[in-house]
Amino acid sequence: MRALTWQGKHDVRVETVPDPQIVNPRDAIIRITSTAICGSDLHLYDHTIPGMKHGDILGHEFMGEVVEVGSGNKKLKIGQRVVVPFVIACGKCFFCQKQQFAACDNSNPADKSDPSEIAYGYPMAAAFGYSHLTGGYAGGQAEFARVPYSDVGPIVVPDGIEDEKVLFLSDILPTGWMAAVNCDIEPGDVVAVWGCGPVGLFAIQSALLLGAHRVIAIDHHPRRLALARALGAEVLDFEEVKVREALAEMTGGIGPDACIDAVGMESHGMTVDNMLDHVKVATFMATDRVHALRQVILATRKGGRISIPGVYGGVADKFPIGALMEKGLQIKSGQTHVQRFMPELLDLILDGKLDTTFLISHRLDLEDAPEGYKNFKEKQNEYTKVVLKPRYTRH
Amino acid sequence: MTKRSPQDIHSDAPPTAFKDPNPSEAALATHDDDSGDLIGRTVTINAPRQALYAFWRDLRNLPLFMENIESVQVFDERRSHWIVNGPAGSTVEWDSVITEDIPGEVLAWSSTDKAEVPNSGRIEFRDTRNGRGTQVTVHLVYDPPVGKLGKAVAKLFGREPNIQARQDLRRFKQLMETGEIPTSEPPAAAPRAD
Repeated sequence: MRALTWQGKHDVRVETVPDPQIVNPRDAIIRITSTAICGSDLHLYDHTIPGMKHGDILGHEFMGEVVEVGSGNKKLKIGQRVVVPFVIACGKCFFCQKQQFAACDNSNPADKSDPSEIAYGYPMAAAFGYSHLTGGYAGGQAEFARVPYSDVGPIVVPDGIEDEKVLFLSDILPTGWMAAVNCDIEPGDVVAVWGCGPVGLFAIQSALLLGAHRVIAIDHHPRRLALARALGAEVLDFEEVKVREALAEMTGGIGPDACIDAVGMESHGMTVDNMLDHVKVATFMATDRVHALRQVILATRKGGRISIPGVYGGVADKFPIGALMEKGLQIKSGQTHVQRFMPELLDLILDGKLDTTFLISHRLDLEDAPEGYKNFKEKQNEYTKVVLKPRYTRH
Repeated sequence: MTKRSPQDIHSDAPPTAFKDPNPSEAALATHDDDSGDLIGRTVTINAPRQALYAFWRDLRNLPLFMENIESVQVFDERRSHWIVNGPAGSTVEWDSVITEDIPGEVLAWSSTDKAEVPNSGRIEFRDTRNGRGTQVTVHLVYDPPVGKLGKAVAKLFGREPNIQARQDLRRFKQLMETGEIPTSEPPAAAPRAD
């Protein structure tokens, strides 16, 4: 089959690779009809997440048709259309039983679990196409994918609905939703969202749906700010305004009740702290640039809540622990428990309460995925979301 | 290693959690109580205690999740013969006897006197009182001979014995909880470009 493979920093190529096979009873093979490039794929593209190997197949947002089912899966049927969650979760362990699927204790193979156990204290769950720290599983920017625990993960979608409306159930929609859920929104709350990429945009939509009084969105790309405004957010261009001052003024001096960091470790901004971070990342003295998160912590009102869906991988310098403690802030974070949120979000899509296609800017052939990566990284204003379609030239 | 007297110990932690793990505190039948390296780990497995014990008690199942074990031949209720893969295609073999067996609770074993690498192990199965399944604790003591053979033998027990043991125990948990052992082994389980 054809698949998008990682070959090194800023070097991804579509190659011909072996087809995946059923190896465990609960596996299924999916013929992929739509897949997408995620902002977190850019961390791999930039090689700021370790544990990549040359030839790895990328991609963790994908959906398609079930073409083969293992003997241990009594739920899925050949021919069903499914969206596959990016988190691989067994459904049986203590964590899955608590609906904390992104903490699954079993999905990361035993021989891949030690690095994350050493780095984080306990081994991470696995994900598709996202480095050997999280399992080394092949991703879905390909014609076919093997899906482990396929009786737990994939959600069946009705035949009548087009791919693009449900594709983002795989990651960014539940990620934006969980970001808003983690804000514990109360009536009257003002929620501020840093980053109007796909996750930030879905977080804005989710926060409003979950009852936020106002949402204020922060970015610097005009097109992304326009998308946020179209969803009903007020917007701030951080190149024009002093963000903390603006938020304080717009909330009558109280500050936002809840803040979402949908930026993660790549945050921009030519500030002293960010440039120091940049030097330290370049020299491997620290891995994470946290400019946006520092601003979030200072901007949140006293006693407020912070939600971090943005991806961080390592350690950060100059973390404002004093502001966190003295202001009595609460932080919730984590990879998304996708399997928990998929059913209710599918219902909201089918009921027309969530718009999931507005952010798609480009639709490309899988063969053109390298160009998609390059432009998604370099032209963030124009490229808000790239959907890829395999061509099946070989079948 | 000298045995600590109880009044010198202030922590309610198992012996493997101590900075200087002492085999003689691990309730293991070792060949020489004062020698050997103690390793071990506890995992919670979301499965009934009796089922976990029964699976482990049939020693022929061990190669299913213990990476280095080629085979275990069972002679009778107590005695068995282990063949373990070593570095560069070599194998090491030994006879092992069950030294303690409380069905559903404890199983302990030890290599016989002839073994090149004296080793022993003990596994305990305990119900959790907070409804989280079964706590399984494995303790292993092995006593690598000194010199060149010792180094080969250390490799035999894995890249690093503690890592090997915890990976094996993780596979046991995966198999018992999910019915399979997850893998991303290319090319079948995870295709990749060469």
